Amino acid sequence: MAVYDEMRSEDGAVRPHFRSLAAWLADTPAERVAEKRREADLLFHRVGITFAVYGDEEGAERLIPFDTIPRVIPQGEWIELARGLQQRVSALNRFLHDIYHGQEILRAGVIPAEQVLTNAAYEVAMVGLELPNHVYSHIAGIDLVRHDDGKYYVLEDNLRTPSGVSYMLENRKMMMRLFPELFGRQSVQPVEHYPALLLETLRAAAPPKVRDPVVVLLTPGPHNSAYFEHAFLAQQMGVELVEGGDLFVKEGFVWMRTTGGPQRVDVIYRRIDDAYLDPLAFRGDSVIGIPGLVSVYRSGNVALASAIGAGVADDKSTYPYVPEMIRFYLSEEPILPNVPTWQCKRPEDLELVMDRLAELVVKEVQGSGGYGMLIGPAATPGALEEFRARIQADPANYIAQPTLSLSTCPTFVGHDIAPRHVDLRPFVLSGREVKMVPGGLTRVALEAGSLVVNSSQGGGTKDTWVVD
Amino acid sequence: MLARVAGRIYWMSRQMERAESMARILGVTSNLVLFGESDLQRQNLLAPLVITGSAEAFFERHEELSVEALIEFLALDRDNPSSIVCCLDWARENAHAVRWQITSEMWETLNATWLEVRALDPKRITGAGANRFLDWVKERSHLFRGVTYGTIMRGEAFNFSRLGTFLERADNTARILDVKYHVLLPSVDDVGGALDYYHWTALLRSVSSFETYRLLYRDQILPIRVAQLLILERRMPRSLAACFDQVKEAMDRINGQGDQSAKRLAYELHARVTHADIEEIFKNGLHEYLTDCLTDMDELGSRIQRAYLGAV
Repeated sequence: MAVYDEMRSEDGAVRPHFRSLAAWLADTPAERVAEKRREADLLFHRVGITFAVYGDEEGAERLIPFDTIPRVIPQGEWIELARGLQQRVSALNRFLHDIYHGQEILRAGVIPAEQVLTNAAYEVAMVGLELPNHVYSHIAGIDLVRHDDGKYYVLEDNLRTPSGVSYMLENRKMMMRLFPELFGRQSVQPVEHYPALLLETLRAAAPPKVRDPVVVLLTPGPHNSAYFEHAFLAQQMGVELVEGGDLFVKEGFVWMRTTGGPQRVDVIYRRIDDAYLDPLAFRGDSVIGIPGLVSVYRSGNVALASAIGAGVADDKSTYPYVPEMIRFYLSEEPILPNVPTWQCKRPEDLELVMDRLAELVVKEVQGSGGYGMLIGPAATPGALEEFRARIQADPANYIAQPTLSLSTCPTFVGHDIAPRHVDLRPFVLSGREVKMVPGGLTRVALEAGSLVVNSSQGGGTKDTWVVD
Repeated sequence: MLARVAGRIYWMSRQMERAESMARILGVTSNLVLFGESDLQRQNLLAPLVITGSAEAFFERHEELSVEALIEFLALDRDNPSSIVCCLDWARENAHAVRWQITSEMWETLNATWLEVRALDPKRITGAGANRFLDWVKERSHLFRGVTYGTIMRGEAFNFSRLGTFLERADNTARILDVKYHVLLPSVDDVGGALDYYHWTALLRSVSSFETYRLLYRDQILPIRVAQLLILERRMPRSLAACFDQVKEAMDRINGQGDQSAKRLAYELHARVTHADIEEIFKNGLHEYLTDCLTDMDELGSRIQRAYLGAV
């Protein structure tokens, strides 16, 4: 089967939802487009939309490459995707509530108890705690890929602190600035209200008795790779961007130090991991956390988004069970399928993975950002053998999946346009109800043939259009 | 506003002003040493170290007191925390930490300054090169202040930036005046000869007020008038009176319901230069007067830190 091309069907004809864009590309002189691309680069540099790469020279900032050809999704397809995302995130939140309360899914034997209870991300401090709207993951980034068969598959769930939404917003702003005429040709559904929806979602997470909740965004600080996004979202929502040292616990509440004296904080959109949140409860060496935060959280006087312990649901070893969760909690069939996944902790799966290692993608169950993964078909024999040894040493730490040939989208490469592989990360917000803006972040692997779209590994981004 | 953010903005502004002050002091010093006998020359060379309280640190690193050594230590030495390059580094670091709470123009100004300093070749900062460098520092400070004034929202960020700028400037003016008076040791009616004239002119130039003096007094340069201009003349933007006007205004705008001690002291300092008489100041001792002012400014800085900016 051929790789799915987002713009053209198998007979080479442009798909209806791409026609307007294709015609514009054909009409526009190449120099004009090239000039616009240079302008985009300049603008991004000036605005400072950069990210820091771990392990790079300290403080090094790079630009995430931005591709000026948008990825287009027809409205009908998006409606179906949105239904599937809503279903999946609802089930995941139901699952998190369940495992910290009645544990019915474990008692029913749908998911092995040890899979959940011995998971490093399972947090006993959360047992029995009542959260507003029973929401644990307020902001979810669900990674989707389109396979050769033209269907979308869920590659992974990011339920804790998914990043990238700032690029979705900035990419749109950039496209409207560079190519206003494109937006006149067809109606592209807006995404600009995302910060307002996010704020609404965070306010809905506040302790119920608080009337006008104060929301803050907690960042590890300027050296974090996603600091730009933290600052950007805080600014867009009009909330304070705080660091651990700005907050303190007193008399059962969380306060921030302001020039006008202490101000109470009700909701913390935290972009730091569980382990660093509170040196009294978790890692004692954390200098970016707030001592005593967890005890205030447990007493219900402050909300955290996402909740502590939400990571147990987006762990790659939990992922294979999500379709079962949907059936168990919602009595529905999953709308969005999973990618078939082998769990190396199962002897029969491990055997199969070892036999077919060169065809598979192998991931660490706790890994993210494209670190610590093996892409079999692209690996050298030496790398394969090294990874084989790592899996043998700790099988439970790995899962394997068939190598999906991600769909391609036309992309500027040098002076030409060529197909490059893309994925899609929509952002799903759960407050009193589940909401999202149409589309999401499209990431693109800029190397020919590459399937790795992560920005830390040389990926770029595109604007994503949902069109009527 | 977050105390941490206000603190960064306050210090960022202080450090830019401090870099400018240092450039002014060094610029005048390098001109002054061309004149006078060796004892006076030595006093003039010592003055920048006395003003910045760094004589001891200087002699730990340098045996000879020369203009070159002064420039090396007070402008370029990265191990001297009050050197110009350190102030510029520090200002940029503070700006980096709050770059989303200041305007992009402010950030770009400080960042561009920092990038140029990083690319600096110390070997070229001698002789005429030194003067070019010092002028450039002054220009970057003017630019930063103008960009800030022209772009930032009138809110707490603006207030704390102004507070930092003018408290630092007042501190600097008081120190320059105090030390120079000590070097020249005039009596109230002293008119002095050509050399003295040159020194007083230099002092006025170091605070950009030679032309103002001419306009206001149209007369010989008398020490008591210089003091009048630098302390009490609120039309002169580097005088203590003008700085305390700005400090008090910024304090008035700061929204603080808690600790009032900083505001109270700012008002006291303001009153001290508003209802004052230069003859009386001289009668009681100019040095004592300026020392009191400096002590109180220092105390004001501590109170601002405590009341609004949190512990450092």
